[in-house]
Amino acid sequence: MQATTHTAAHHGAHEAHHHEPSFLQKYVFSTDHKVIGIQYGLTSLGFLLFGFLLMLCMRWQIAHPGETIPVVGKLLGSILRNMDGSLMMPDGKMTYDVYNIFGAMHGTIMVFLAIVPLAFGAFGNYVTPLMIGAPDMAFPRLNMASYHVFLLGGIVMFASFFIPGSAAQSGWTSYSPLATTVTTHGQAYWLVGMVLLITSSLLGAVNFIATIIQLRAPGMTWMRLPFFVWAQFVTGFLLLLAFPPLEAAGIMQLMDNVFGTSFFLPTGLAVGGRIADASGGGSPLLWQHLFWFLAHPEVYVLILPGMGIVAEVIANNTRKSLWGYKSLVFSALAIGFISFIVWAHHMYLTGMGTKISAFFQTTTMIISIPSVIILTCLFISLWGGSIRFTTPMLFALAFLPMFGIGGLTGLPLGFAASDIHLHDTYYVIAHFHYVVAPGTIFALFAGIYYWFPKMTGRMMSEFWGKVHFIGSFIFMNVVFQPMFAQGMAGMIRRMADGGLNYSKISHPDAIGGLDKIYIDLHTVILWGAVGLAISQIPFIVNLFVSIKKGKKVTSDNPWEATTLDWQTPTPPPHGNFTKEPVAHRNPYDYSLPGAAKDFTPQNQP
Amino acid sequence: MDIPYTSKPRPDTGIYNAKVGIWLFLASEVMLFGALFSAYILLRVGAPEGTWVHGMLNIPIGTFNTFVLITSSVTVVLGWAALQLGNFQKYKFYQAITILCALGFMGIKSFEYADKFKHYEVWLKNPVTVMHGDKEVQTNRVLGHIEYDGKHPYFWNTRTLREKGIEGFKFEADPYHYTLSPKELAHAKSVSKGKPHVVLDIKTADVERLSAFVPSHSTYFAVYFTLTALHGLHVLGGALVIFYIWGPGAKMWKSDPLRYTNRVEVSGLFWHFVDLVWIFLFPIIYLL
Ligand code: HEM
Ligand SMILES: [Cu+2]
Repeated sequence: MQATTHTAAHHGAHEAHHHEPSFLQKYVFSTDHKVIGIQYGLTSLGFLLFGFLLMLCMRWQIAHPGETIPVVGKLLGSILRNMDGSLMMPDGKMTYDVYNIFGAMHGTIMVFLAIVPLAFGAFGNYVTPLMIGAPDMAFPRLNMASYHVFLLGGIVMFASFFIPGSAAQSGWTSYSPLATTVTTHGQAYWLVGMVLLITSSLLGAVNFIATIIQLRAPGMTWMRLPFFVWAQFVTGFLLLLAFPPLEAAGIMQLMDNVFGTSFFLPTGLAVGGRIADASGGGSPLLWQHLFWFLAHPEVYVLILPGMGIVAEVIANNTRKSLWGYKSLVFSALAIGFISFIVWAHHMYLTGMGTKISAFFQTTTMIISIPSVIILTCLFISLWGGSIRFTTPMLFALAFLPMFGIGGLTGLPLGFAASDIHLHDTYYVIAHFHYVVAPGTIFALFAGIYYWFPKMTGRMMSEFWGKVHFIGSFIFMNVVFQPMFAQGMAGMIRRMADGGLNYSKISHPDAIGGLDKIYIDLHTVILWGAVGLAISQIPFIVNLFVSIKKGKKVTSDNPWEATTLDWQTPTPPPHGNFTKEPVAHRNPYDYSLPGAAKDFTPQNQP
Repeated sequence: MDIPYTSKPRPDTGIYNAKVGIWLFLASEVMLFGALFSAYILLRVGAPEGTWVHGMLNIPIGTFNTFVLITSSVTVVLGWAALQLGNFQKYKFYQAITILCALGFMGIKSFEYADKFKHYEVWLKNPVTVMHGDKEVQTNRVLGHIEYDGKHPYFWNTRTLREKGIEGFKFEADPYHYTLSPKELAHAKSVSKGKPHVVLDIKTADVERLSAFVPSHSTYFAVYFTLTALHGLHVLGGALVIFYIWGPGAKMWKSDPLRYTNRVEVSGLFWHFVDLVWIFLFPIIYLL
């Protein structure tokens, strides 16, 4: 297993007939999937932090409406400007517009610039070729291009905060006609940014799928692929086929905003008390259909790679094969197919009629079956394992109940009757954050702790990893659990100051106002969020300090894993493997009876 | 380090990498245009009576352009076939025709566009009398061309009149309108052929709305311009790639003929797709 010595020799030979690449070639214009993966990783972690900070400001506002934001209020006040150049919030108090801007951009950044590029761009890029035994992606230069286009999209989104009128403010869902009638230019930036991000995802998806189909090592048959690869494969198809309709919708909304068309503007639309100067004849519902046709599959883009990571970490840390590998694979495929026919469950309140609603309720219930199967397989995999409670494993273990809560709370939303009450309340916020935040983000943390030694040759600190885990686990729940209660009581989402929900504070006998206890939960959530922020400090420090100071790994396979990604030198050189790997067995041959060690790598005959 | 199967097919899948890539990419393109076509259908079905524009495009030119593209599809295949037989000169010749066809298509399309940008509809506050074929009608929606300062201006709209402080303009009214049924429209067009235009004197004060045939004119033109412009971008992109392979990239024919032939094949597949989109676009936008 000591490929390290190998590398040195290999490297020497390599350099003899290659000139040393410059900094730019090595880190900016690299075509190496591992460098690109790390580029994606660092960029998206940056956006993850940024999106989180936007949310912190919003949590302050909703808990303390109209009070100056501590620490950053003054700074924001001096940056954000109105269309006429005047300051938006000169006294550091969040205005409704700023709340809307931060809300819209929080959602957009978290989904399209943080989670997807981290789960698919970073882990997919770094790990997939290693796992299937490939020297690189099928189209290395296309891979570089997709990162650059992604970065450009990110820059456009980020820059839009600083233009007069600031960024988009119509929600991450950007419903028309609101998104067209808001007079600032943020939405146009948003759309251009989205078109770039979508283009990048499409290039990436083509590349990933082609790589998995074409570059599997000899012997790496489909049923020998690690589950992580399957998850990436299905994710690739979701991106490939679901994103283009949103691109089409984005183009049409851009036409509406810039060229004055009426794709999504109905006849007789009045803006500010005047009939809008537009031809009309468009359909606001069309936007919603096209948006959710993407955005439902997108939620599986958010979760599938996470499931893949968790599966790898669980197999490795229980020292036994995954239970029900085939069920996992077929469930992932089933999710892939069914996720294209459930989108209108986000639109029950648009008056779609009982027949169509019945169809979408049925498909929504059906799609929860494969999700439950995956979760069940992962749970059963724990049974009888000799579990190592490493940091990655803790995050992976926490993923299971957190995703469980998120998924189960989706069911009441999937029935139109209960959704009428819950739609657009904090319940929905709690539902999807349980899936994405303590769900996917925990899986991503697990992945970072797990593959860090392969990327750098050093371990991250286990102690600080555990501190990070405990803090995150507690505070995630403090933040999101109360939202279920608030939502069921009727608290509406996307309100800068609670609106009528808060009316009982000033008029104790107001009908429909929320009881004080639900409003006070906002304070709990705020401090939960602050706690969550503080819990990330050990992670950030750990991540960067360990690159230079972490404990050196003593072998290429510190976790004693079976999959091919660990049967490489550390960190893997350009081209990955010292000799072409051949897969001789299933991906998770742990604790085989009669084997010399408790793991038998996939390339061992 | 070499990536396997860049030119030779992988034995178990039977194809080389780039071909997998292009088919996947085309699948996503199908979804892109599919979404736009669906939007077209939905908007058209939902359009209120009398607002859906039809019969305003130049069918003979559109038909000619269709043939231009079909020709290019044929030459793309012939070029690739010639290359497979090792006949590089013949490939150069056929592919040159492909590129010329692409340029021809774009050229014709830009004339069509320009034509629309100076063709207007006015919505008037009070009805005027114009001809619809051989019938005199009272209507407050008139199509035609603006004559102002001896020129036919482009891109005017209601706001232009206000901003330029124009009090009135001459309007060469067309003897038909898209509010007519397809049959009446065809009749009106044929009987009025060659006859002089009715020229109206229109006062800005009487204008409710003015719009050239630009995307914001109506949902129909919004769809027409969005779809054809997106298709045009694909034509342009495809032609650029084909040109690159044909010209500066042709060195590869010497160094790696198999891979070069593959490149030609892959770009050809994309080109067929672009043509196919047009084959759908043409009937639904020009004829229906
Ligand atoms: C497993 C079964 C699931 C079911 C039955 C389900 C059902 C639903 C339904 C019906 C809604 C719409 C609620 C409303 O707006 O009134 C919804 C919203 C949402 N779900 Fe799920 N969901 C499931 C899993 C997931 C997963 C795995 C994710 C992401 C990783 C996710 C992310 C979201 C998001 C982001 C929204 C809200 C979008 C918005 O309105 O801004 N869901 N879910
Ligand atoms: Cu959904």
